Amino acid sequence: MVFLQGTWGTVKLFGVTLIGSLVLGTVLAAMRVSPTPVLRGAAAAYVNIVRNTPLTLVMFFCVFGLPFLDIRASRDSALNSFVLACVALIAYTSCFVAETLRSGISTIPVGQAEAARAIGLNFGQTLRFVILPQAFRTVIPPLGSVIIAMLKNTSIASAFNNRELISAMRGAIEQRGDITLIVILATAAAYLVLSLVLGRIFDYLEKKWVIVR
Amino acid sequence: MIAISEDVSADTRAPLVDIRGVDKHFGDFQALKGIDLQIERGEVVVVIGPSGSGKSTLCRTINRLETIDAGTIAIDGKPLPQEGRPLAQLRSDVGMVFQSFNLFAHMTILENVTLGPIQVRGLKKQEAEAKAMELLERVGVGHQAGKYPAQLSGGQQQRVAIARSLAMRPKVMLFDEPTSALDPEMINEVLDVMVELGAEGMTMIVVTHEMGFARKAANRVVFMADGEIVEVAGPEEFFTHPRSERARDFLSKILAH
Ligand SMILES: Nc1ncnc2c1ncn2[C@@H]1O[C@H](COP(=O)(O)OP(=O)(O)OP(=O)(O)O)[C@@H](O)[C@H]1O
Ligand SMILES: [Mg+2]
Repeated sequence: MVFLQGTWGTVKLFGVTLIGSLVLGTVLAAMRVSPTPVLRGAAAAYVNIVRNTPLTLVMFFCVFGLPFLDIRASRDSALNSFVLACVALIAYTSCFVAETLRSGISTIPVGQAEAARAIGLNFGQTLRFVILPQAFRTVIPPLGSVIIAMLKNTSIASAFNNRELISAMRGAIEQRGDITLIVILATAAAYLVLSLVLGRIFDYLEKKWVIVR
Repeated sequence: MIAISEDVSADTRAPLVDIRGVDKHFGDFQALKGIDLQIERGEVVVVIGPSGSGKSTLCRTINRLETIDAGTIAIDGKPLPQEGRPLAQLRSDVGMVFQSFNLFAHMTILENVTLGPIQVRGLKKQEAEAKAMELLERVGVGHQAGKYPAQLSGGQQQRVAIARSLAMRPKVMLFDEPTSALDPEMINEVLDVMVELGAEGMTMIVVTHEMGFARKAANRVVFMADGEIVEVAGPEEFFTHPRSERARDFLSKILAH
């Protein structure tokens, strides 16, 4: 029962972070290839700083640093912890999503963007209709790795007052110290199942969206 | 048959494409040297010349895929705008067909042809699809509309690329060696479409070494070498009595094999 709640907590963190980091990561990748130097520079600076900071530190910053700047997500302490953990995970994961996407963009033949511009699409439309859809499809395998890593990274939120798999595991061990090993293995199995499901989804998308040139 | 060129021009006396004193550098290398060329409405101009002479670069400057360092280019009386919305607008009036087709690989043939009309011209999907089907039928690939580019032969892909450009109802079409990536047996199916287009009054600038096409469709042949226009003449005159030494030399080489 506790485990089910824990798994649900992990899935919630994962789901919100997944959507948030895909959106922010796409925006960052678009900025990094934009013709405007300021946008390129800002995105490069953000990605390089956050990507090279340990996630734990990013989470410390969001959970303990932001309140100092008078930024609080909610009065409800549990919700506040959840939102701040998601913010940290999104801020961190989006950098990896952006870098992965950018490597995908660079594999798209330049003729694709030239043809798009030649029919009158502007920069944003060219990205949206021609470049990003192709880039996403070519980076599905590495993007899958980024997202599975993110799933495991949600465990760090347990140290910041979040209820998910790891905190459920700790609770279970406190109550039933005699079966500690089993509890740990069961937790590992829960992550394994979630990762395998994700892997399957990515395999499916990769086959479905393959681009033949 | 459907009308393909939309003539809503303000000043019909000015040349449709007006290129004056255009220079282009790539670093230290000068790819275009003082190019002057005026192209009238409905004219078909074939550009010919040795590799590296600047033919592609000239084509690409006309819709500003390549910026220029000096001179002016005006389309239908309007100078090429800077990067941004007006430029996108202008590009939609200038069709371009590439050597390597460049169809959007993740879209069906039909989607390739409707993307511009829907996103740039603001057509409804249904309307855009009906027009696209007409064009695809016309270039002979109507039955392939639901397929992806990689499922088509090179000749079919290039005809789709022509339909994609025509769907924007351009004022002028640029072709950069449209048949040189094709197997010999597919060259004519593409050239036939282009000859027909020219006959219907489309203004065209065609970089090609296909003399048959030049003889059949061109009003003028422009011979380029080393970034300069060396000679401009009617096709018959150019191929039978080239004036310049360089053109004679070049023609003897391409006729040799
Ligand atoms: N992006 C670029 N950067 C540097 N040099 C370039 C670039 N594009 C073209 N050039 C150079 O400019 C010159 C003209 O090139 P261009 O492609 O216009 O020639 P072309 O006449 O089309 O030749 P081909 O028949 O081989 O297609 C060449 O010497 C080429 O190396
Ligand atoms: Mg060329």
